[in-house]
Amino acid sequence: MKEQNKNSTAANELNVVPFKTRMRPYLIVAPALLITIGIMIPFIMSIYYSLTSYSFRLPNYSFIGLKNWIAILKSGGFWKAVWVTLRYAFFSTALEMLLGMGVAMLLNNLNNKFSKILRVALIFPLMVAPITATIIWQLMLNNSVGIVEKFLNIFGVYNFPWAAGASTAMMTVVMIDVWVNTSFCMLLVLAGLQSLPKSPFESAKIDGGSPWFNFINLTLPMLKPSLYIALLFRLMAALQEYAIIFGLTKGGPGDTLMNLSLTSYQTGFQFQKFGYALPYILVLWIFINMVAKQIVKRQRAAQKQAAGLEE
Amino acid sequence: MNSNKKLLGAIVQNLLLVIYAIFALFPLIWMVILTFKPDTQMYTTTFIFDPTLDNYKEVLFNSDYISYMIDSLIVSGGAVIVSVVAGVPAAYALARYNFPKKEDIAFQILSFKFAPEILVVLPLFMIFQKLRIYDTHFGLIWVYQLISMPLLIWVVRGYFEDISVEIEHAAQVDGYTWYQIFFKMLIPLIKPGLVSAALLAFIFAWNSFTFPLILAGTNVQPITVAITKFLGTDSAHYGQLAVAATVSALPAIIFALCIQKHLVRGLSFGAVKG
Repeated sequence: MKEQNKNSTAANELNVVPFKTRMRPYLIVAPALLITIGIMIPFIMSIYYSLTSYSFRLPNYSFIGLKNWIAILKSGGFWKAVWVTLRYAFFSTALEMLLGMGVAMLLNNLNNKFSKILRVALIFPLMVAPITATIIWQLMLNNSVGIVEKFLNIFGVYNFPWAAGASTAMMTVVMIDVWVNTSFCMLLVLAGLQSLPKSPFESAKIDGGSPWFNFINLTLPMLKPSLYIALLFRLMAALQEYAIIFGLTKGGPGDTLMNLSLTSYQTGFQFQKFGYALPYILVLWIFINMVAKQIVKRQRAAQKQAAGLEE
Repeated sequence: MNSNKKLLGAIVQNLLLVIYAIFALFPLIWMVILTFKPDTQMYTTTFIFDPTLDNYKEVLFNSDYISYMIDSLIVSGGAVIVSVVAGVPAAYALARYNFPKKEDIAFQILSFKFAPEILVVLPLFMIFQKLRIYDTHFGLIWVYQLISMPLLIWVVRGYFEDISVEIEHAAQVDGYTWYQIFFKMLIPLIKPGLVSAALLAFIFAWNSFTFPLILAGTNVQPITVAITKFLGTDSAHYGQLAVAATVSALPAIIFALCIQKHLVRGLSFGAVKG
């Protein structure tokens, strides 16, 4: 990503650098690394504990190998949680990307006073804590005082179940996620749109390409790097979403919304089976890492391609 | 014909924006409206009611709300200070020096951002109890480094990289020491970026929910966790719940307004230079 400073110390490297100078960057980075590395210890611990029968209830535990892992991979609950996790991540990320892109393009096209005000105002939902957003939506959707219920009453719809219904719960949490995070995608795409170079579009105008042709062949490829960044951040967060689902239904009704994060939390803290809680979330971690690597790789390729188009 | 088409297009585009704006902003407006609504009129009225400040009085003066806010302030503020003190030099080193494993270290720090919070928190729950830092400000400030440190290092690193190395060399030739150059020249140059990265890190720390939910108990209760109590205990007091939500969201929104210009760069960890 950042390679512009290669030559900064090149001169030094030609001479023999004293040990003290060579160690300096490591010393400067060390405090920050040590503070955060503390977190790596629990991570390694969690791999070990996932192979034990550790429980908060019992004083002793024993090493049981892959028993937890096998039991979990065989259980229906695990695959259900995987399915919930993937569906939640897919719907919320896809909607946020599409909506964010659409809104950013509208804001960029219109460029009037209204759109300038919105550019500022639309970041408000993004700054609200997800748990607070959940409360706000509960106030909106509540069947006795909620404004949405009163609005739906006009159309003869009464007591729409929202988070309480097995078939509407997923839609409700995804809607809250979209409400909070669409602005994130919008901001990134808008920044991408505004940094587009003018000259390729001017020459396209002379060639007389249709707006749609220009969008597919010029705008989209040059926006791709920003889009991948938005996708990376949103997808990683949506795959491990916890606050919104926990705040709204604690995973219910039944186990409709139990994703891997919530299942792991529940197994660990409510059922106190600590060793048994870890494989759920370790699987998620491995998956997140794999997906992140793929997106980063594509982002870099898109960046190269976009740089080629600018010339 | 063509201008008619253009006009129609503009109308449709504005209309679509209005629809999205209602979706995005009305919930916030509704929340603020509820804060002024007396409990007795909660069920019977929609927009027209006798506004009152009772909900504010009840939440701010007759509950522990303020102490939750102070806990949030201490923990988030403390986390940002630690991240600035340790992170800014690290960001400088990662921007300016070339050393083996540099990119690996930078990515290692970034990867903390993507670690599932529950995965981090489950073992930490045990460690924190053994170290006796469970349910303390110190413990939360430490774990919040996972939120604030990667953000700060990656964003500030970008700002350092924007400054050309030549002016640093020029200052060296003029006989300034490294410390003088760093504090008197570089820090003032990156100050706007640094301040906005710090404020954004504060917002993220302020909004975090999973860490304090599991690693704090009764002594330390940041607002995000405490607010769920307003949700659970008496569901009849919607006005008070709205006040609790509104007041807790205010600091983040005000800070975000202050750093608008740097927001995109901060949110994308420096990857998109907005």
